[in-house]
Amino acid sequence: MIQPTDVKLKQRAEYEELALKSLLVFIFISLTTTALSAPLRITITEGVIEPLPYAAPTFIGETGASNEIAAAITELIKDDLLGTGLFREVPRSSYISGIDNFSSPIQYSDWKAINVQALLTGSVLLSGEKLSVKFRLFDIFSNNELGKGLQFNSTKQGWRRIAHKVADEIYSRITGEQGYFDSRVVYVAETGKKGSRKKRLAIMDFDGANSKYLTDGSYIVLAPRFSPTGKQVLYTSYETGTPQIYVIDVVSARRTVLKNRKGTMSFAPRFSPDGQSVVYSLEQGGNTDIYVMNLRNGSSSRLTSAPSIETAPSFSPDGSKIVFESDRSGTQQLYVMSSVGGSAKRISSGDGRYGTPVWSPRGDRIAFTKQSRGRFHIGVMRTDGSKERLLTASFLDEGPTWSPNGRVIMFTRETQGEAGVSALYSVDISGRNLKKVTTRDGGSDPSWSPLEK
Amino acid sequence: MKSLLKYFFAISLLVLSGCSQNASTPFTTNSTLNSSNAIFDGDVNDPNSIAFFKKNVGDRVLFAVDQSDLDQLGKNILLGQVEWLQANKDYKIIIEGHADERGTREYNLALGARRANSAREFLVSRGIKSSRIQTVSFGKERPVELCSNENCYSENRRAVSVVSNLKF
Repeated sequence: MIQPTDVKLKQRAEYEELALKSLLVFIFISLTTTALSAPLRITITEGVIEPLPYAAPTFIGETGASNEIAAAITELIKDDLLGTGLFREVPRSSYISGIDNFSSPIQYSDWKAINVQALLTGSVLLSGEKLSVKFRLFDIFSNNELGKGLQFNSTKQGWRRIAHKVADEIYSRITGEQGYFDSRVVYVAETGKKGSRKKRLAIMDFDGANSKYLTDGSYIVLAPRFSPTGKQVLYTSYETGTPQIYVIDVVSARRTVLKNRKGTMSFAPRFSPDGQSVVYSLEQGGNTDIYVMNLRNGSSSRLTSAPSIETAPSFSPDGSKIVFESDRSGTQQLYVMSSVGGSAKRISSGDGRYGTPVWSPRGDRIAFTKQSRGRFHIGVMRTDGSKERLLTASFLDEGPTWSPNGRVIMFTRETQGEAGVSALYSVDISGRNLKKVTTRDGGSDPSWSPLEK
Repeated sequence: MKSLLKYFFAISLLVLSGCSQNASTPFTTNSTLNSSNAIFDGDVNDPNSIAFFKKNVGDRVLFAVDQSDLDQLGKNILLGQVEWLQANKDYKIIIEGHADERGTREYNLALGARRANSAREFLVSRGIKSSRIQTVSFGKERPVELCSNENCYSENRRAVSVVSNLKF
């Protein structure tokens, strides 16, 4: 057993009341002999990446009762890493030496021989409802531990979050970028026939686990968006009969109407990066423009004033600008304006129609939906409209949302015909690694949360 | 046209079962979305019935791709609605604007609102009080035809006048 020699405690406010009642505690175990800067590194570029071969022997159960959950945690960490497309698991059948004890020295040569570049080891102690997970990461070809051993504590129920946190830590150590596994997605769960589809607001972990409904499906809901803290969600709802903007608390599912003016429709709400205001569309007399509402005092001001459709606004991460779509030129195109309104500059310039712009969390790109020659695409461009790149193509792809680290985009894909259904998909911003996201029902309009703290 | 067939089927059931209602009593619709609920629609042969409005006057106008302008056929249907609404002053209408599935969700909401408003403005310009008309957009959320080609899309790009005697 490793004895922690240097213990720091960090407490975090709880995100979800059910999943984790106890605090997660981070214990940093200082055992490093030499702290060399590690050469093991995946640089995420837009080119083709050769996945990094790694090994993750099943985490050691410190007691017999810990073995089952240790195996489940190891598998989930591997799912997260493999799901990125950046890692390749070296099969267990080729192992020369195993890991029987978490504190035994690593036989680097045995792992080198089977071309393992990164080795993850861990141990798990389940005692009653208390769960404790330790892990260490080794850079095999430099004979060194990469970073320090780390321990996470939680309740048994919180095991998935712990596994995601370990995977985030590994992703971050190897790529130098923040991970995205300990995050959630709010979306619209879809059931029933195409012409009378039941739509419920639902929230789940980014990998589809722990899904729960936030609304009951007795009215249509559309296009949810997380608050910057991930604790609230804005959405558009037909609860009153006409589309209006609501905000819902994701823990209590308590909802409040934000905008409900008779004879108008309000929709397409998104938070500002500081969470203090909401930009949205208001339709009056058939004309749709963009407004911003101050959440402290409820006052609204108008940002666009044109006879065309102005909607789908999205703040830049510094809060200074808003990208939106408008058909003022005759077709849907993307424009950028100051977040206090004023003149707007068109940034989309290719063939076809552009909509649903979403500013990346890094601030350097805008994701969008493009319709061209009967196909729908998810694409990304620089914020000035240059370097447009289409990532997907299908009968109907729409509504991108960014992973917290800006490396992955999730979106809606709908199939055609009477039996057509909606599902969530994700793709790297390189266009690689397109895959379906597991959801209980059909799904649409995903919004990815910030990374959990 | 499937919806009309469904509608005729519902009406014939009502007639067969002898429970067609007398349209001179104002009916209460329990929901603005019950446009196909024939129970409350009355006798199609009664020119003052909602059934007559739907079948003989025409409750919907259709639009070209990404457009909200009314064509001549649409205007003629709306003129018929004007006449019916002037003869049946107890009723109000909710105009539901819709789009086909070939567009992004929020844009289609705005487009549906444009279409509903286009129909509303025409009715108002021909003398129907604006206080009798409400509009709502469903964007692409409630297609009436489900196939993924122009035969269905053209039926889905619509503004439907749903007659109601609810107070707004």
